[in-house]
Parts: sequence; structure tokens; C-alpha cells
Amino acid sequence: MNDTTNDAVSLQGRTRRNTIRLAWWTGAWLVTMATAVFGPLIAWESKVISLGAILVNVAAGIGMIVANKQHLDGLDELQRKIQLEAMAIALGVGLVAGLAYSTLDVANVIAGDAEISFLVILISLTYIGGVLIGRRKYA
Amino acid sequence: MQNRLKVLRAERDWTQAQLAAELDVSRQTVNAIEKGKFDPSLPLAFKASRLFGMSIEEIFQYDE
Repeated sequence: MNDTTNDAVSLQGRTRRNTIRLAWWTGAWLVTMATAVFGPLIAWESKVISLGAILVNVAAGIGMIVANKQHLDGLDELQRKIQLEAMAIALGVGLVAGLAYSTLDVANVIAGDAEISFLVILISLTYIGGVLIGRRKYA
Repeated sequence: MQNRLKVLRAERDWTQAQLAAELDVSRQTVNAIEKGKFDPSLPLAFKASRLFGMSIEEIFQYDE
């Protein structure tokens, strides 16, 4: 039924609607993540509340994943190809660089602990770069 | 793969945006197909053939 509804709307309208939905879910995930991280530091001490905040964050994350899939499904075939190629590169770079970074930590080659935030930033930048390269490639 | 999409579009005096709207794809996709940078899927090729009232082989030619 959802696909039928998607087909009835123009590509532009469909993409706009799916992008807005994805932005909302991403925003919700970020806000709930910040709440779960900073809540115990400034607002509460209860582990039960922290667990609840983390569960809400995971639920928002699931919503974001579903919204991302809907966004991909709503794109046309070239746009989808560009997105999937960018995601493949980001996944590959994330896996290789992430494990190498972790090994640097385990082998005590780097001074501090390996921070997952660096990996998230690397994956995000690689994904954005992949999309830009893809758009240029097919322009 | 070669195609006559640009010629067929020009014969009808359509812009890339108009053809894209008819095929329910982005203008970038029409542009990439016309330039031979992207090969359309079979469903999209069928859509184009139905739109122009021609067979797929009359629009798209596979390079041997």
C-alpha cells in the first residue's frame, strides 16, 4: 500500500516528504542520545531512568533506520545507486579504519583510548564525500 | 549502451525536466542516460518505450 502511495506522488514530492521524515527521526535520535548521555551527569542518578532513556534512544534509532530505508525506496534508480555506492564506501572505510584504529589502541601505539566518535565522524565524512563524487560522476 | 533518448526528446520539444517527470525520475537521471553514463533498468526502459510508443530496441542499442 505504501508503495502505491509513493507511486502516486511525484519523485520530487516523495523525496521531499521522505527527507523531512528522515530529518525528524535523525533529530529525535540525536536529542534522545544527548538525553541518555548527559541526563545522568546533570539531571538524574537513577539507573532505571538511564535505562529508560537508552531504550527511548534505541527506539528513535530504529525509527531513523526505517525512515532511511523509506528514503532510499523513494529515490529513483540513479539516486539510489549513488546512495548505495556512497554507503558501501562508508561501510568499508568504517570497517577497515575502525578496526585499524582499535588495533592501534590495543597495541598501545596511540596514547589515549580509541573514541567511537572519531569513527562516526569518519564514516559520515566518507559518506558525504561518496555522495558528492557520485553526483559529479553522473552529472 | 547507446540510446536515442535525446533525439526523441528533441523531436517532441521536451525538456529534460519534462521527460524526467513523465518517467518519474530526476532530471539528473535523464541527463546521465542521454550521455550514456548510466544504463536504465528494464522497468525504466519499458516506461520509456511506452512513453515514446516504440520498442525498447528502437530506443536503446546494446554495444557489441
